[in-house]
Amino acid sequence: MGRIILDKVTKSFGEVEVIPPLDLEIDDGEFVVFVGPSGCGKSTLLRLIAGLEDVSGGHISIDGKDATEIPPAKRGLAMVFQSYALYPHMSVRKNIAFPLRMAGLDKAEQEKRVMQAAEVLNLTDYLDRRPGQLSGGQRQRVAIGRAIVREPAAFLFDEPLSNLDAALRVGMRLEISELHKRLATTMIYVTHDQVEAMTMADKIVVLQAGVIEQVGSPLELYQRPRNTFVAGFIGSPKMNLIGGAEAEKMGAATIGIRPEHIEISDTEGTWKGRVGVSEHLGSDTFFHVQTEASPEPITVRTTGEKALEYGQDVFLTPRPEHLHRFDAAGLRIE
Amino acid sequence: MARAVSTKTKVINTAIVGTLGFLVFFPILWIAILSFKTEENAIRAPLEVLFGSGWTFESYFTVQARSDYFKHFSNSVIISVGSTFFGLLIAVPAAWAMAFVPAKRTKDLLMWMLSTKMLPPVGVLVPIYLIFRDLGILDTRSGLVFVLMMMNLPIIIWMLYTYFKEIPGEILEAARMDGATLREEILYVLTPMAVPGIASTVLLNIILAWNEAFWTLNLTAARAAPLTQFIASYSSPEGLFYAKLSAASVMAIAPILILGWFSQKQLVRGLTFGAVK
Amino acid sequence: MATKASRAAARLMISPAVLLLLGWMIVPLALTLYFSFLRYNLITPGAHPFVGWENYYWFVTDPSFKVAMVNTLQLVGGVLLITVVGGVIFALLLDLPMFGQGIIRIMVIAPFFVMPTVSALVWKNMLMNPVNGIFGQIAKAFGFQPIDFMGQIPLLSIILIVSWQWLPFATLILFTAMQSLDREQLEAAEMDGARWPSRFIYIVLPHLSRAITVVILIQTIFLLSVFAEILVTTNGGPGTASTNLTYLIYVSSLLQFDVGMGSAGGVIAIILANIVAIFLMRMIGKNLDA
Repeated sequence: MGRIILDKVTKSFGEVEVIPPLDLEIDDGEFVVFVGPSGCGKSTLLRLIAGLEDVSGGHISIDGKDATEIPPAKRGLAMVFQSYALYPHMSVRKNIAFPLRMAGLDKAEQEKRVMQAAEVLNLTDYLDRRPGQLSGGQRQRVAIGRAIVREPAAFLFDEPLSNLDAALRVGMRLEISELHKRLATTMIYVTHDQVEAMTMADKIVVLQAGVIEQVGSPLELYQRPRNTFVAGFIGSPKMNLIGGAEAEKMGAATIGIRPEHIEISDTEGTWKGRVGVSEHLGSDTFFHVQTEASPEPITVRTTGEKALEYGQDVFLTPRPEHLHRFDAAGLRIE
Repeated sequence: MARAVSTKTKVINTAIVGTLGFLVFFPILWIAILSFKTEENAIRAPLEVLFGSGWTFESYFTVQARSDYFKHFSNSVIISVGSTFFGLLIAVPAAWAMAFVPAKRTKDLLMWMLSTKMLPPVGVLVPIYLIFRDLGILDTRSGLVFVLMMMNLPIIIWMLYTYFKEIPGEILEAARMDGATLREEILYVLTPMAVPGIASTVLLNIILAWNEAFWTLNLTAARAAPLTQFIASYSSPEGLFYAKLSAASVMAIAPILILGWFSQKQLVRGLTFGAVK
Repeated sequence: MATKASRAAARLMISPAVLLLLGWMIVPLALTLYFSFLRYNLITPGAHPFVGWENYYWFVTDPSFKVAMVNTLQLVGGVLLITVVGGVIFALLLDLPMFGQGIIRIMVIAPFFVMPTVSALVWKNMLMNPVNGIFGQIAKAFGFQPIDFMGQIPLLSIILIVSWQWLPFATLILFTAMQSLDREQLEAAEMDGARWPSRFIYIVLPHLSRAITVVILIQTIFLLSVFAEILVTTNGGPGTASTNLTYLIYVSSLLQFDVGMGSAGGVIAIILANIVAIFLMRMIGKNLDA
């Protein structure tokens, strides 16, 4: 079905190597998310898998067949683009039917499959509209519809939610996850938003500068980040990373502690500090505390009921079992 | 925010600008009026022309009978539409390639194409004339279609390129993912999306070809002569027959004047190669 | 960015255009250059001996060449002056709040769509004819002696006719540029105490400068090749009073059948046009990056 293997894949644009040799295995039916800051090569990697770009070296195999030289249309993959890339001059019906028309399916079969897709995606009432008359979320669903009618070996999503507003994004996130559960087809999803990665993925691939920093399930990445980059990238609010004397005391170049793993007390603790800005979210409260331990304020997460004055003196104590230690190269010390 | 302007100011502005605009337009209006007068009435003083008698359609019929307007008209149509059509056939693929598969040299290539447009026609008049003579295509419509297509090809490519540039490449990539071949991608996705741009390219090039007066005058005599020749034949001594000359002029410019008014917005972009928007 | 396959397709798609344009440029250019070194007259049959720079020598030393050069420059300069100044004025005027702006704009733009042979004939006969033309009639009505435009001031007459044809082009482009002027800039300048002349000089004119450059460069390319207007009005005369370079080459090659001489003139015309073209290409090239 949809097992994709990248073997020493590289990509250069002229002199610039965007992706140094990279190996990755994606199992059939997996929901894999490529996540990383912008310019990390995650979209390029997706386009290499899609066949929209040539690899500069290495091989890509899909279902055991070497697909490196196969043109995009023949790879059996479907892609949902960031801008949705709907054909503005065609109705929703024609948009969804386009890949079927290109495949030469007869009209009745086209109509049947379009109707199926439309039902799954709640688009039945909009089939005769043009993309321009739809809302962002509806357009997104049409793009997905166009992808699912082909019954591809795998779906490729290129930052599909980045053009939607925050509320819609949460809804579409659920819909895509739901779709994945129902179809059980391989999905490769590119995003720069670590929340999307955490909530949707079976497997997250964290990329930086074309290099895979870590591959693992969301919880693996959260609980055991392999290096300081992953530690800082995954999780919101960010993990507190502290260098200098405090780290040395614990035999590391850098130590990391997540905001929810710090006890805050008025009377005693490891680090003395002064409360700065507090952010009340209702469910949680984040305190930014300036301490002697690090020049950056340390973020502490508490329950929503907790209240502290601006400028108040407090004490912070990291829970030792949740301390992450990293060496001078930024790698995790077990 | 536009500021509120008093009606009085607007009326004054309208009067001033309207008068100036009218003066610029006047020669065209004047031939339109003269074309409906009899010859002896057409050469009277302006006020007598306007308010005097002697209105008639006669000149139009005389012109058609004397110099066969419709033959020249159809030559003009064939030459301008033909050269634009073949130009498009060559330019659409080229513009696709440059807009969606840009390479390092693409910009240089575009500039070079445009530079061929800078070649003064008179510089290559002699060889083209001799080549046409030797090939036996002097005074043929196909010969002129070819020359005018070559004259306008850089503009067509350039205009299409700037319009195509505005179409997001992702849509074409989506078509590619959906299994469209290159031909299908251009035919079913790119072309329908670029219809407004293609339309204005077509309009502008028909206008340019219709009014082209160097090659059409030098490479045609009788058979393939378009309207530019038709009018040139009135230069003397029939030029003194105002009503007939006016009627002939109106007939020569009316089709393109109307087309031009429709496409004036697109003209700016095309004529300045996108340098002014 | 793309794949090998699409790059190969792109090369294939672009090659007809490139080959045609390359042929269109190189073949006539090479022939013109070749002919320009031959003694080659269509009326005298026989061999076409190689004569080196002779054609260039005769073409350049012919008194009519100097006249034609001066006329060409006057024609280009005169038309540019009239159309740019007139175009800026019209652009500013059309920008004012008024009724029926669309109709007025259509009237101003109309001459651009009139083919050169028509506009030249109409001006020559209906407007500038000393006996029956409107200018003559008006002059007589006020008791003045009418001017024989084509006889007394042939070049100026042609400059007027060509200016009338190109004024719409300048207006259209400058007006378009005018509309992209940020109105808040003008209001800010007004708040800063700038009066109308200062606002024009410091804000409007700099904003239009790019469009003005485009107008000048593009018109120059076309104005160097003015032909039909001369052919149907003065035939370059009286004498050579209204002959420009293009017309002179036409006379040598197609009226005197001197292919060698005409080609030498053609090469000179190409060099002249190239000097202008280089500036124009630079402008457009910059625009491509922007």
